[in-house]
Amino acid sequence: MIPIDHILEFARPLAEAAAITIFVSVGAFGLALALGLSLAVLRDFHPVAIIRWLVQVYVEIFRNIPSLTHLFLLFFGLAYVGVRLSSIAASILGLGLIGAASLSEVFRASFESIHHGQRESSLAVGLTPSQAFRTIILPQAWRVALPPIGNYAVQLIKDTSLVAAIAAPEIMFTARNLVVNTFETTLVYTLAALLYLAICLPLSRVIRHLEVKSATPR
Amino acid sequence: MNILGVAAQLISKRTVLLPSNTLLTVTDLHKSFGTLQVLKGISFSVKRGEKVVIIGPSGSGKSTCLRAINYLEAPSSGVIDLSGIRIGERQTSSGDWKRMSDAELAPQRAQIGMVFQLFYLWPHLTVRDNVALQPQKVAGMNKQDAYRLADEMLAKVHLSDKADEYPERLSGGQQQRVAIARALAQQPKLLLFDEPTSALDPELVGEVLGVIHELADEGRSMILVTHEIKFAREVADRIIFMDGGVIIEEGSPRSLLDKPRNPRLKQFLRQINSSGTSS
Amino acid sequence: MIDFISTLASHAPEWLTRLWPALGQTLLLTSCSFLLALGLAAPLEFGRACRWSPVPQLVTIYIDVVRSIPILAILYLIYFGLPGIGISFSAFVSGVIGLGVVYSTYVAEVLRAGVQSLHKGQKEASLAVGMTPFSTFRWIILPQAVRVVVPPLLLTLISLLKDTSICALITVNELMLTSKLIMSEFFLPLHIFVLVGMIYFAIAWPMSLFVRWLEPQLNRGRRTGSTPIQQVLH
Repeated sequence: MIPIDHILEFARPLAEAAAITIFVSVGAFGLALALGLSLAVLRDFHPVAIIRWLVQVYVEIFRNIPSLTHLFLLFFGLAYVGVRLSSIAASILGLGLIGAASLSEVFRASFESIHHGQRESSLAVGLTPSQAFRTIILPQAWRVALPPIGNYAVQLIKDTSLVAAIAAPEIMFTARNLVVNTFETTLVYTLAALLYLAICLPLSRVIRHLEVKSATPR
Repeated sequence: MNILGVAAQLISKRTVLLPSNTLLTVTDLHKSFGTLQVLKGISFSVKRGEKVVIIGPSGSGKSTCLRAINYLEAPSSGVIDLSGIRIGERQTSSGDWKRMSDAELAPQRAQIGMVFQLFYLWPHLTVRDNVALQPQKVAGMNKQDAYRLADEMLAKVHLSDKADEYPERLSGGQQQRVAIARALAQQPKLLLFDEPTSALDPELVGEVLGVIHELADEGRSMILVTHEIKFAREVADRIIFMDGGVIIEEGSPRSLLDKPRNPRLKQFLRQINSSGTSS
Repeated sequence: MIDFISTLASHAPEWLTRLWPALGQTLLLTSCSFLLALGLAAPLEFGRACRWSPVPQLVTIYIDVVRSIPILAILYLIYFGLPGIGISFSAFVSGVIGLGVVYSTYVAEVLRAGVQSLHKGQKEASLAVGMTPFSTFRWIILPQAVRVVVPPLLLTLISLLKDTSICALITVNELMLTSKLIMSEFFLPLHIFVLVGMIYFAIAWPMSLFVRWLEPQLNRGRRTGSTPIQQVLH
């Protein structure tokens, strides 16, 4: 006895919420990728020790404190000092900053995985360290970093559920509102879970497939 | 040009007017890794067009010595001089010599071509791109000129047909020849070979040695670290025998290999002769 | 800046007395969930190793499904959704179940990597020498497997500690919920959340340093390093 008409009633708001979830995920992903790569480069290659230390501090702070704390700090803390961010902007910013910490470690591991001989031959040929990084190291490191980056992407989509706590109109927040109005707790939350499933399961299957494909046979 | 004059110039300026056919001078090279002293005072020179081969047992410091020339290993002390220019160090305003950073070293390294034991080709680039990268990014050539040069160099090492392949599809011997082409594309003053055939299957060694022989016949200046004693005899103008971080004996192939004087050299040659090549 | 520190310092004692029991809840939540995760991971692994064909596939699907749903959604389902069909758990228990189920999949992964990393040869060599399968397991396989498995398990524990914060959203009185209440009373979000952040940091960071110290100790004599994998799991 599945209440089809109820499901249809919920379909529209949940679909809109899913769009917001994707939007926030994409925004945060872009920020995390760009910032994460920059942080990794700074941490591994910058000559000034203080800068390398600052990056390390940044990463440790974001990796040892829950995301929810950071999101609250950002959203409520900024409001307190007078900066009013929309909940979506705060979500993208917060998740992006948190993600940058994780991705910087992924990138650093990928740099490390490139055989030192690659760097040596680049320098021997007369490339400067930054040229060597851009033309030789990074193109190879990307491939190594892609699987963990893919995993991060899926995790990020799940983490967007947290921004319900700062009132961003994504899936969980919308689900909660629907429940408050209709009391259909079981149905709504099941639909929400299924929605995430529909997004994340195919995505992680695709990523795993690409991972297997990109393992080049030597 | 007397000794004092040369010494005075060496101390006061970077450029020295040397007899014109000396290409490289290595003076009193020392290198330690922590407490381990690997080079204990190496001095030698290489003339333009000369082929110098360095031989010696494992751990004698031959590779370290070679890698110190383009400052891939920074010496603990000592001076490397290429065509009158000091490698790896620049003079500060107060007259002291300071070690250069990798970025500053780049133009100097571009003049020295190095071939590594493990080739270190760049796997994400085609063979042609591997060879053409340096001319484009360092020598500033445009793409067409760089590709033309690359194709010329690949022809020299007899690999023109592999230009569009990726390194992983080539045999070890082919990869090493590409590495040689890559070094040649730098149009370097000096070629350094660090045990170029030690990592190759025996049947592939010949094709690489053949190419090096051709380069030697062209009159290129080169320093070759190798275990292939027979090859050394054919190609070298001068052989240096190193052991324990110092030069033990130096001389023409005939005098060194046929009439060795030093007991350690005699022992080394005996060990090689009993096993074919040294291990 | 000085202002900030002095305000924080003046309120800290009061806030800390309220955060103290909340910390207890957080730690209790962490340990109970972790134990549940360990408990559920073993059957998962046995299921995957099972020779009767449908079972490993079912386990894989189960793990994929659990890993595709956010922890918050699972917690909501358990705490708010289940009562709709007659099953009611307290907030704390819902949190333990939710976190335990999700983390059992991560622990199962760690255990599998640990067992796989051991060479088959070890087992064969000890059997050849005359040890019983049980002895082999007890004295050769187990000690080595434990060595491999402990660092990633500790990292998983740290991750779990952080994720207990999600239970705040199903009204468990742990650190984040309590701090949010304090925020709405005092209107000093920056201060209270920085304080709470420091509390989490004070627990998690030493643990991660410990893991970093532990790894080389445990890997003495082994050839493979495994740092990039750790990063991904964490």
